[in-house]
Amino acid sequence: MRNAFADEMTQLAAQDPSIVLLSGDIGNRLFDQYKQQHSERFLNCGVAEANMIGMAAGMALAGLRPVVYTIATFLTYRPFEQIRVDIGYHDLPVVLVGVGGGLSYASNGGTHQAMEDIAVMRAIPGMQVLSAGDAWEVRAGLKAAIASDRPTYLRIGKKGEPLVHSEPIVDFKIGKAISLKEGTEAHILVSGNLLPSAQEAVDILESSGIKVGLHSFHTIEPLDHSLLESLFASGKPIFAIEEHNRNGGLGTAILEWANDNSHDTRLLHRIAAPNSFLHCTANQREARELMKLSPEGIATSIQDSLNP
Amino acid sequence: MESLRKVAAELRGIAIELSHQARTPHLGSSLSCADIIAALYWKILDTGPERADDPTRDRFILSKGHAVTTLYAALAKRGYFPEEELQTFNQYGSRLPEHPAPGCVPGIDLATGSLGHGLSVGLGIAIANRIQKIDKRVFVLLSDGECNEGSVWEAAMLASAHQLDKLRTIVDFNKWQATGRSAEVMQLEPLEEKFAKFGWETCRIDGHDLQSLVEQLEKPRKAPFALIADTIKGKGVSIMEDDNNWHYRIPTKKEVEDAKAELGLA
Repeated sequence: MRNAFADEMTQLAAQDPSIVLLSGDIGNRLFDQYKQQHSERFLNCGVAEANMIGMAAGMALAGLRPVVYTIATFLTYRPFEQIRVDIGYHDLPVVLVGVGGGLSYASNGGTHQAMEDIAVMRAIPGMQVLSAGDAWEVRAGLKAAIASDRPTYLRIGKKGEPLVHSEPIVDFKIGKAISLKEGTEAHILVSGNLLPSAQEAVDILESSGIKVGLHSFHTIEPLDHSLLESLFASGKPIFAIEEHNRNGGLGTAILEWANDNSHDTRLLHRIAAPNSFLHCTANQREARELMKLSPEGIATSIQDSLNP
Repeated sequence: MESLRKVAAELRGIAIELSHQARTPHLGSSLSCADIIAALYWKILDTGPERADDPTRDRFILSKGHAVTTLYAALAKRGYFPEEELQTFNQYGSRLPEHPAPGCVPGIDLATGSLGHGLSVGLGIAIANRIQKIDKRVFVLLSDGECNEGSVWEAAMLASAHQLDKLRTIVDFNKWQATGRSAEVMQLEPLEEKFAKFGWETCRIDGHDLQSLVEQLEKPRKAPFALIADTIKGKGVSIMEDDNNWHYRIPTKKEVEDAKAELGLA
């Protein structure tokens, strides 16, 4: 996903001279092409995230369109107050791109596991929160975020993730989920990194004769209300799946929306990480297995819920 | 400079009245920076109410947002909004809250009140100006207590790495922070040398010497410039000077009258 991000940035910056890229001392070689073409619009801000966010706000105040890139944990936790005040309170068009979302950097330990980033970003009034499910969603999400002129957090993975979409997403809209498959027995609503795993889970379930729908909720804030309306109206179980702690992410957002809108919240099942730090050395695949977030783990959880 | 001295006294008078009327604290901090703000708005800044949104204007950020009464007073006197509106300060629905809000009135670009934000934002504006080939200056006023914040030093390091010669910061070094001597709460000194070692051009002056303020702020620079302004908290009113109770104390009606008399405003 990060290669797609770098390439898309290079293209977008060629079209829009107001775009600037700020990096928190990461992405060695990743932005070579960008820097070659737009050297004056690239800033390595060093290992100083609070200052980087304030700078981005200043640049937006002065008419530029900053995109800030660093590891999701360092981007969203350390400078939270700068994001809240300088960007959120001023409603500035700054796009924050957190790389290594969820368990992408699981083996680096808890310092690098971004499992609360969605929760804290969606707590900021006016902040759009996106989580890309594959490289095509990264490209489309980035483009839409910049075009929106709104404060936006875009969570991406790292590299080499499988593609779920087969081509560029031409009608991508912030707040409009992408329906990949319709199902008769249940609906899977997945956000971000776990999109490929959820797709595999759908196949596993189908091989057992269970037909479930699959919808990519690349946007957590704002949610796709009209799709949610129709899914809750179907009366079928809804599974919200995310590589994020159970508290505060997509599942919580849907639960709040459903409760506020008098839907039957018992239809909703949240499949996410437990609200605990992972005290076990594990790579992303192993960590997912531990948390029952592998394709098999997801399929089993759904099957157990459908046939208790 | 006599007329500028009178302006500064008037700003102080307004800050004192507003603190009394609205029962808001931080008066000592508003008084210590009145000369700096007077120098900036009457002698230095290439801006004005008719150019409040002009991208090619000099910018000013009051990073020590708790001293905003002095800035509101200056903006009103410079015609950014009607002077009568000052009377609404901190009242329900007013455009003049206790700490500046985003664009609350023309002339206020940045909401401050949480310390340690202004220099980074000013730095971002200075870089954006350079990218957009806008040859204008950015002034950021910090408090001494604010220099406790690590983000100030993050910004200081990046500004000098990029040789941002249009970025100027002024530290209103009034020697107090909320609950103690600023040089004792943390090892603040030697403050000028700290900025110098961080790669800034520096100068340390009496922050109530209007002539020196104007000279130092106007002078072209080759690097980001930090002006350490030695000031007195509560400056201009003898019962308030260097008495940190006035970080929070609200003046009585009698104290307001006496202060205005002392400032030559009665």
